[in-house]
Amino acid sequence: MTRWGMVIDLERCTACQACVVACKVENNIPPAGPEDAAVGRSIAWIRLARMETQEHGGVSSAQLVPVPCMHCENPPCVKVCPANATRIGEEGLVAQVYPRCIGCRYCTTACPYTVRQFNWKDAAWPEPLDQALSPDVSVRPRGVVEKCSFCHHRLMLARDRARFEKRELQDGDYLPACVESCPANAMFFGDLDDPHSEVSRLAESPRAFRLMEELGTRPKVTYLSRGD
Amino acid sequence: MHAEELGADEVLLRPIQRTTRAFWLFSVPLVGIWIWGMYAWTRQLDSGLQMTGMNVPVYWGLYITGFVFFIGISHAGTLISAILRLCHAEWRRPITRAAEVITVLVLFFGAGCVILDLGRADRVMNVILHPNFQSPLVWDVCSITVYLTASTVYLYLPLIPDIALLRDRGGSRQWFYRILALGWSGSPGQKRLLERIIGVMAVIVIPIAVSVHTVVSWVFAMTVQPMWHSTIFGPYFVVGAIFSGIAAILIAMAIVRKAYGLQHYLKPVHFNNLGLLLLVFAALWTYFTLAEFLTTYYGSDPSHMTVFTSKFTGRYAYLFWTMVATCLVIPMALLVRRKTRATVWGCVVASISVEIGMWLERYLIVVPSLSNPRLPRADVSYFPTWVEWSLLAGFLAMFVFLYGLFTKFFPIISVWEIKEGREHALDEVATRVRATLPDSPA
Ligand code: SF4
Ligand code: SF4
Repeated sequence: MTRWGMVIDLERCTACQACVVACKVENNIPPAGPEDAAVGRSIAWIRLARMETQEHGGVSSAQLVPVPCMHCENPPCVKVCPANATRIGEEGLVAQVYPRCIGCRYCTTACPYTVRQFNWKDAAWPEPLDQALSPDVSVRPRGVVEKCSFCHHRLMLARDRARFEKRELQDGDYLPACVESCPANAMFFGDLDDPHSEVSRLAESPRAFRLMEELGTRPKVTYLSRGD
Repeated sequence: MHAEELGADEVLLRPIQRTTRAFWLFSVPLVGIWIWGMYAWTRQLDSGLQMTGMNVPVYWGLYITGFVFFIGISHAGTLISAILRLCHAEWRRPITRAAEVITVLVLFFGAGCVILDLGRADRVMNVILHPNFQSPLVWDVCSITVYLTASTVYLYLPLIPDIALLRDRGGSRQWFYRILALGWSGSPGQKRLLERIIGVMAVIVIPIAVSVHTVVSWVFAMTVQPMWHSTIFGPYFVVGAIFSGIAAILIAMAIVRKAYGLQHYLKPVHFNNLGLLLLVFAALWTYFTLAEFLTTYYGSDPSHMTVFTSKFTGRYAYLFWTMVATCLVIPMALLVRRKTRATVWGCVVASISVEIGMWLERYLIVVPSLSNPRLPRADVSYFPTWVEWSLLAGFLAMFVFLYGLFTKFFPIISVWEIKEGREHALDEVATRVRATLPDSPA
């Protein structure tokens, strides 16, 4: 069984936000105007979070870190959902079932990474962007929660392909849009259960750390710290 | 069937027989506020939750605060009345019903607040169709349903003899009372059975009531969020709930007493006794609050401390210190001395202050933790919009109106229990006390 995971190398990341844009295009995320952004209602499945790091000599500096859903192995969001609208699948992806979600936003408050997003209003695209929606991803109705799916629709395609070729899914069968788009090659994606895969090798690196590991969420997104 | 003679107690039935102009003057604005609230709701249904002030990361606001607050108030009635009954506190007689009605009515508004909060209220049945029993919200649905059922039964049972009384008086509503009276004739057998069931129900509702606010607290405590993930939350919420509940009873008693001229029934001694209870809970609440904040401070986990400082000295400081003043300083000042405690105004002022403070307490649990997530986000602050305020006002108004309406159909002070108290209580108490004395036969 494959266990999909991601590695983000902060040494290579230039904080260019290509992943953020690629994700929005890939997943039919409606654009937000300045009014929505000002009240914290713009939707993004992956964002750059600003983290203060303590530097030498008492000078602190900030670092921008790309944060998608961690697809936790022990996800706090799944435990609290009253309607079973968010579940962890066999391959470890934490999925969101839009037609079942009642919009109580309990999962959004329970996620320690605040990566879950709520549809405050109807999704709308200005012309001609409305002609460019991806047919593989459903547009979410108002009132439900959504979040990074590790490009689940791409996984489904990869699964079909593997079945057609009469083989098991394996490392490298698919990449999420963010990983594909990263111009600095700072993002890696693959099978964490395969000991020879690049992600599992990188996840063992001495530079590897995970966000808020101490909370016991067991994230499947690993970061490689900066050398400086 | 001949109608029973009530003598002086006749005054207890007067609100049912006669509706004054004052009642209408009181009802019309309340219903008006409710209609306004419903209008706000249609606006919200029409445009979605963008009509509220909620945002990322403050995903919860006034509605969830209202949920915790209203469910808290519900601990007024059933729980306190059950405890007083079980303790054979004789002074309970004129109070229990006024208290129990609060529980039953306010629960609807507590549950209603959650519905208002849903992005897809039309899908609420998914919680029953596809329940996830790991979720504290599902525990809430279960415990609140059980609580509502039990408190309704517990309100209804002691009403039966009074309903029969009204049935025997005839009038245009007789058919209504006949159905509800379940053929009560007041025979000794029936009386014994009724008292037995009331006794059993009083025992059953206590753990149910405690479970309700414990589970409400677990909605927060079962997450890992800063200053929510606390083991003390269960008992802390229950204490807070009873605290705000007692205050609600005192306010209701004062209004009923004034409106229906029941000064001979709801005496200063009743206010004094409940005021004492309020004082005890003010102390308990302070103890829990201190325990909660001091442990957080000493632990000084950075993510907890961000929330802590935002309450103590930061953005929420003015609300926090108002809460301390209204939950601790004002009630203590008024209730410690008998001179102010044994008065209606003293108790009412203390109670209103406690209600404000407890509402703030709930708000300060929900909002500051959410505004300070572990991974910092762009700084947005939450302020409720007119839609949220209107709905809160609408719910409060409807609750008060329905309470008033209840007094127009049923006696708000239990007629038969007062009568029984007058006829038997003195002897009973004497026997009970005598049995405890050293020289009485075992
Ligand atoms: S990061 Fe948040 S949304 Fe994603 S699986 Fe973990 S708890 Fe759930
Ligand atoms: S908002 Fe939707 S996914 Fe989240 S807890 Fe509520 S029902 Fe579940």
